[in-house]
Amino acid sequence: MWYRRYWRSNLYSSGLQPLLFLAAMGLGFGSQVEPGPDTGGVDYLHFVAPTLLVSGAMMIAVFESTWKVASGFQWQQQYVAVVTTPITPGQVFGGELMWVGMRLLLSAVVYGIVAGALGAWLGPGALLVVLVGVLTGLACAAPIMALSATVRNPSNAFSALLRFVVMPVMLFSGTFFPISYIPVPARMLAWVSPLWHGNELARAAALGGGEWLPLVGHGAFLVALLLGGGLLARSRFYRRLVV
Amino acid sequence: MAAAGERSARELSPLVSAKALVKRFGEVEAVRGIDVEVFKGEAFGFLGPNGAGKSSAMRMVGCVSPRSDGDLRVLDMDPQIDGPSIRARLGVVPQEDNLDTELSIRQNLQVYGRYFGLSRAHVRAKATELMEFAQLTERADDEVDTLSGGMKRRLTIARSLVNDPDLLLLDEPTTGLDPQARHLLWDRLFRLKQLGVTLLITTHYMDEAEQLCDRLVIMDNGRIVAEGSPPELIASYSTREVLELRFAPGESGDVASTVDGLADRVEVLPDRVLLYTENGEAALSATHARGVQPLSCLVRRSTLEDVFLRLTGRTLVD
Repeated sequence: MWYRRYWRSNLYSSGLQPLLFLAAMGLGFGSQVEPGPDTGGVDYLHFVAPTLLVSGAMMIAVFESTWKVASGFQWQQQYVAVVTTPITPGQVFGGELMWVGMRLLLSAVVYGIVAGALGAWLGPGALLVVLVGVLTGLACAAPIMALSATVRNPSNAFSALLRFVVMPVMLFSGTFFPISYIPVPARMLAWVSPLWHGNELARAAALGGGEWLPLVGHGAFLVALLLGGGLLARSRFYRRLVV
Repeated sequence: MAAAGERSARELSPLVSAKALVKRFGEVEAVRGIDVEVFKGEAFGFLGPNGAGKSSAMRMVGCVSPRSDGDLRVLDMDPQIDGPSIRARLGVVPQEDNLDTELSIRQNLQVYGRYFGLSRAHVRAKATELMEFAQLTERADDEVDTLSGGMKRRLTIARSLVNDPDLLLLDEPTTGLDPQARHLLWDRLFRLKQLGVTLLITTHYMDEAEQLCDRLVIMDNGRIVAEGSPPELIASYSTREVLELRFAPGESGDVASTVDGLADRVEVLPDRVLLYTENGEAALSATHARGVQPLSCLVRRSTLEDVFLRLTGRTLVD
């Protein structure tokens, strides 16, 4: 038995944003970029298509696990209502994470199809990119849900999160250019960013290449973040709902 | 004795049984060792001022708050171990409505029913039945946001019945509603009681307790200060009638010595003197005989409110 929610997602908004980016950056801006060693020898469109899927997934994960989750505790209090039924706080968290996973999968698939129509994929590796996107999104969602279940004043926490974490991560995680172009101290931030690990995996899946060991490392980082964040969030859900 | 026999038969299976139950939040003791037993088919009330520990007690019974000390059994199970199995047979009406405002009335009932693992077909039929019960059928497909406060409350009660609970927990069910809405809710709750649903109610409204509760405890400061049926409580903590004498502000104090001995108990308030007595009219004649001239006077029956104020005091708690 798991936590059910109705399909109320707005596919349009979640699928559209990364596609606009793809059109603007990949086709527009990309026409000015010569293929070279930094793009792995491919067109900028092909270079940026997989990472835009992953960063789009991160954005969806951020939005699905901030206000909506905080509201379940504080404003609408749906979670408070649900735990008076046989459902436990752990199941509420599991259901919410599953819901984010389904949204991620759906929008990644839509993006994948449209990007394919624009000629952004070079091979069947795109299928793997979809999975990488979902994994990266979940790895972001789990720790953010732990935050949402903890803070009593979500407005401040969330604007800080967006300004000081999500925005820099979005820009400097190798989505638009390799992180070798940013100074080492800033690069260290990229190393702990789930988006960078997801981007590396996605690009390797779409374009081929890359060595096994680092790829396994990237994957392990994301799985560890998902598990660690998930355990933390689960205990936070219990602490908040069972008092 | 028949009554004793009936009582002992009921004692075989109290739905709720608390012994020396304690709830602490850090340093604060919200519930300080209460003993309560609630039996099948009765409407049991927790009465008390704000902050008395009613809701904390209720949340422990509802298995969403672990006890800090003492014993608690609900439906003959331990909330700490069998929480989900107990909750499957409870209906909960929280103090604040927490309906899903983005869903329609019908969807609220159906989704909630699904949390209990009930089949789609079952919750569909149940939702229709409950909307009938709560007089919300005409609004079935409206969003919750468009409902009035009374309608939301009725929907919350309807929602709590979706699993046909053995025990219904109502935390201040009519707080904040207008008289029409309250009476309609009482009518629904009374009907449930007649159907054999066991009710556990917290309230700080005396009229609500008198209307609905067969038996109640008065809580103050985390402890139970009195227990019994409303008539029993009135008999043991108040008198049959009350004579209220109203005076201009400040004058009531002078009268206190004059009326001394005319009633079982005299209470002097800034603008009133209350005489607790078996016979209000007789006391009134006696005060007139002693030359007391109030601005107005009123003889009324004693209510649970008199009991409540006597036991929990007139000063503001929080």
